[in-house]
Amino acid sequence: MNVDGIREMVKSGKSVEEVIQSLFDKIERSKLNAFITLAKEQALEEARRVDKHGAKGMLGAIPIAIKDCISTRGIQTTCGSKILEGYVPPYDAHVIERLKADGAIIIGKTNMDEFAMGSSTETSYFGPTRNPCDLSRVPGGSSGGSAAAVAGGEVPIALGSDTGGSVRCPASFCGVVGLKPTYGLVSRYGLIAYANSLEQIGPFARNVKDVALLLDVIAGYDPRDSTSMDKKCEYTKELRDDVSDVKIGVPKEFFGEGIDEDVEKAVWSGIKVLEDLGASYTEISLPHTKYSLAAYYIIAMSEASSNLARFDGLRYGLRLGKDKDWHTTFSEIRANGFGEEVKRRILLGTYALSAGYYGRYYLKALKVRTLIKRDFEVALKDTSVLITPTMPFPAFKIGEKIGDPLALYLADVNTVPINLAGVPSISVPCGFVGKLPIGMQIIGRHFDEATILRTAHAFERNTGG
Amino acid sequence: MKPQSYELHMLLSETPGDEMKDVIIGLEVHVQLNKLRSKLFCSCSTQYHDSEPNMCTCPVCLGLPGALPVINEKAVDSAIKVALALNCNIEEQIMFYRKNYYYPDLVKGFQISQYDYPIAMDGKISIEADGEREIRIKRVHMEEDPGRLIHVGTIDRSRYSLIDYNRSGVALLEVVTEPDLRTPKEARLFLNKLRNILEYLDVFDGSLEGSLRVDANISLAGGARAEIKNISSYKGVEKALLFETVRQKNLVRRGIRVAQETRHYDEVRGITISLRTKEEEKDYRYFPEPDLVPLRIGDRVDDIKRALPELPDAKRQRLVKQYDISDHHAKVLTSELKLANFFERVATKVDANLSATWIADVLKGELNYRGIGIDAFSPEHMIQILQMLKNDKITEKGAVQVIRTILDEGGAPPEIVKRKGLLKIEESIITRAVAEVIKENPAAVKDYHDGKNEALHFLMGQVMKKTHGRADPSMVSKLLKEKL
Repeated sequence: MNVDGIREMVKSGKSVEEVIQSLFDKIERSKLNAFITLAKEQALEEARRVDKHGAKGMLGAIPIAIKDCISTRGIQTTCGSKILEGYVPPYDAHVIERLKADGAIIIGKTNMDEFAMGSSTETSYFGPTRNPCDLSRVPGGSSGGSAAAVAGGEVPIALGSDTGGSVRCPASFCGVVGLKPTYGLVSRYGLIAYANSLEQIGPFARNVKDVALLLDVIAGYDPRDSTSMDKKCEYTKELRDDVSDVKIGVPKEFFGEGIDEDVEKAVWSGIKVLEDLGASYTEISLPHTKYSLAAYYIIAMSEASSNLARFDGLRYGLRLGKDKDWHTTFSEIRANGFGEEVKRRILLGTYALSAGYYGRYYLKALKVRTLIKRDFEVALKDTSVLITPTMPFPAFKIGEKIGDPLALYLADVNTVPINLAGVPSISVPCGFVGKLPIGMQIIGRHFDEATILRTAHAFERNTGG
Repeated sequence: MKPQSYELHMLLSETPGDEMKDVIIGLEVHVQLNKLRSKLFCSCSTQYHDSEPNMCTCPVCLGLPGALPVINEKAVDSAIKVALALNCNIEEQIMFYRKNYYYPDLVKGFQISQYDYPIAMDGKISIEADGEREIRIKRVHMEEDPGRLIHVGTIDRSRYSLIDYNRSGVALLEVVTEPDLRTPKEARLFLNKLRNILEYLDVFDGSLEGSLRVDANISLAGGARAEIKNISSYKGVEKALLFETVRQKNLVRRGIRVAQETRHYDEVRGITISLRTKEEEKDYRYFPEPDLVPLRIGDRVDDIKRALPELPDAKRQRLVKQYDISDHHAKVLTSELKLANFFERVATKVDANLSATWIADVLKGELNYRGIGIDAFSPEHMIQILQMLKNDKITEKGAVQVIRTILDEGGAPPEIVKRKGLLKIEESIITRAVAEVIKENPAAVKDYHDGKNEALHFLMGQVMKKTHGRADPSMVSKLLKEKL
C-alpha cells in the first residue's frame, strides 16, 4: 500500500474515514508493535473533515506515521523513553507543520530505540518492534517503528530520523526505501536531539516516488533552525528514467571484511543493473573510513550527554512519588527514567567532554570528521553518486546482539560516515537473503538529493521493486 | 597562583605594614541587555517585570525537547556597542558554547554561553578613585540568563523554592575585569562607571530588579582568593567585599590560611558564607553549541562604531569646554545621561553656570535625599525657576522652596510662587518697612550709632519679619544703612 494505493481507494469510493479506520484496525491487530501512541481521535476527526470539505495539498488525506522523537502538539511524544512517558508537547515540529499544511493525516507515533540510541529498536521502553519480514527479527533502528509500519502495510509513508543510520538501517532491514537528507535540508526544529550536528529527519516509503514526494513537503529553509539552508528543489520532478550521465563510485572500504557475502553480491548486481541502464562506475577509496565509527560515537555521545541533561523531571516527564531535595530528586528520576544504553552513552559522552579529555577525544573526533568530509568531497568530484551496502548484514534476531553493545555499534559501519560528512544518502531494497531484504545505499553530493533519488528510482523501475 | 606554604604565609603575615597589605579584586559583572525587546535566542518579551510568573516563555526559553535557539542579531549589535565603549578588541568571528551544569533554574541542563571566540577581549575603562585609575577588561561575552529561584526563607534554610522562567533566556553580557581593583570602594566606582556607560549606550536599564549581578574575586596579595557569587546590588558588592576584606585579614592575622573557595553573599545578614571549596569546583564541559553556527561580526563593527553615542568621559570634557562650567559640575552632570541631557536643555535658555550649580548641587541633592531620579522634574520648570531667580523675582531661598514643593506636592513654578507668596518684594515696600522699623526701635538705632554691629542684625530681622521673609536680605541691609 503506497500513496497511489490510498488515492485509488478513495477514488474508488471509500471515504477517507474508512481508509484511516481500516489502518487503525490493522494496527490494533498487528504483532509488530510499531506504534507507541495512536492519534486515533485526531486522525479520524481530520478524516471526517476531509470527507466533508475535500483534501488539500500535496499529501491530501494521506495517512502518515511519525517517529516518536518528533514533537507533535497534543500527541504524546516519548522518544521511546520512560522519562518522557506522558509528555504531550505544546508545539509542532517544523516538519509537522509542513505535513499538516499539505494535508497529511498523522495517525500515530512510532516506536524507536530510546532517544534514537540503537540500531534495532530493542532499547525502547515500550518493548521491541518486530520485523514484518520475520517476526523473530529486529526491524533495525533506531526508526524501527516507522520502517516496520510502512513495510507491514500499516501506513504508506512515515518519518524517521537519522543520526548515524537510523533511517537507512531499518529501511534496509524491512525492505523499504529510506532517505537521510543532506544536513541542513530539513529543519530540525522540533526534533528531539540525540546528536544535533549529525542528524536529519528523513522519509520512509514503499517506493522512491513517495519518498521524493514526502521530501518535497518537508524540505526547505526554516529560520528557527540556524543550521537549515535554502537548498530545496522539486524532487518528484527530478525522477527522470535516465541514469546515462550518472557516474558511480564504489568505495572499497565499504565492502569486504565484516560484510555478509550475500549482501555484497546483491549490491554488486545492483550496480550492474545501473551499468546496464547506462551509468558508469569506478572503484574509489575513502581512506579515513576506518576512523569514522570512533569519531561518530565520540561526537554523538558527547552531544547526547549534554542534550539529555534537560530531562530532570522538573518541568515535564517522569515524576517519582514524593520529592526530596533537588539533587536527590533529579538523580533518582534520571536513574529510574533512562534505560541502560542511554545511561551508557551519557556516561561515555560526559567522560569525553571532561576537562583533560576534551582535546584527546572530542576535538580529535571533530578533526577526523573534517578529514572524512574531505574524503567524500574529493570522491564526489569525479563521481555523481557512491554506492555501498547499507548494512553489513540482513536483520538479526531479537536479543541476538543486545547484550553486546560494541557488536551493535559496528553494525553502523557503513552508515555513520555519511552523517559525519553531512551528505545525503538513500537506502533502496536490492535483493534478499532468504526472506530477509537487503538494502543498497546510494550516497550523493551535498544537497544533490535529486541525483540519488533519480538513480534509486531508475534502479527500482528496472528491478520490479 | 601558586599556593604558598604555611611557613611562608606566617612570615608574610608578620611583615611590618601587614595591615596595609594589598587587596586584589576582580569582578565578573553580569548585566541584562534589558533594552532589547526580545530574549537572546527566542522572540519572547524581555519586559517580564509586570508579568505573572512563567508567562513570558515559549518552547525555546523553556528548553522544551526539540526546540532550537536562534541568535538575536540585535543582542549581538548591543554587545558590540558595549565592547567598543569598553575599548575592547572585537573578534572577527564569534562562537557559542554550552556550559553544562545542573540547576533547577537552568531549563536545558546547560547554559548557552561563550568560551573561545567571545565577542571581545582586552579593553579598559577609567575610574576616578584617588586620581584617575585604569581598570583593564579581560573579556566580554554573551550568554543567556537562567530563570529565577525564589527561596522561601534563606538559601541555606529554605524548605522549598519556586521557579520563575520569565527571565530564562534574557540576553546577559558578562564583563570580566583583570584583578586591577584595590578597594571595595573602587569596585563600587567601577560598577557605577560601567552602569553609566551602558545607559549612555541605551542597552541597559539599571533600575530594573535583577538587571545586574556580580561575582567578585577577592584576595590579599599572595593569598588564595575567594569568589563571592551572585551579589545583586551595587551597594551589596561594596559591603560584601568589605566584609570579605576584614574576614581575610583577620584570618591572616591569626595565622590561618585563607582557603580558595566560593562564597555566597547574604544580603540580609550582610555576611558571606562558604558554598564550596576548590576541590568541589565544577567541570563545565564546555563544547561548541551545535545548534548555532559561528557568526561573522567583523563586517558590522565599523557601522556600529560610527553610530556610537557620545560617552560619559567625552561628554564631561565637552560640557567643560562648551559651557565653561567647572569640571566638578561636569562630572556630576555626566554621571547620568538623563541628568546631562537635562542640563543641556536648561543651559540653552539660562546662564550655563547658574544652571550647572542649581542642577548639580541643589536639584541633584534634593533628588538624592528623596531617592528619586531626574525624571521626576521637568527641565521647563527648572528654566522657569532659574529665569525668575535671574530676574530678581524670587530669592535663592525661594527657589529652593519651589524645587522642594514641586518634588513633594507637584505643581508648576509660577503657581507655587504665587500660592506660597514667594515673589520677591518691591523696593518701595521694603523702604516703607525700613522706615517703620527705625521709628519703632529707637534703642536699637542708638546702639547702631554707638557702633554696636549686632543692632543692625536685629533691625534687619525686624524688617524681614515685617516682609514675611520675602525681601532680599542684601537690599534690606543696603536700605537700612542708607536710612540710618
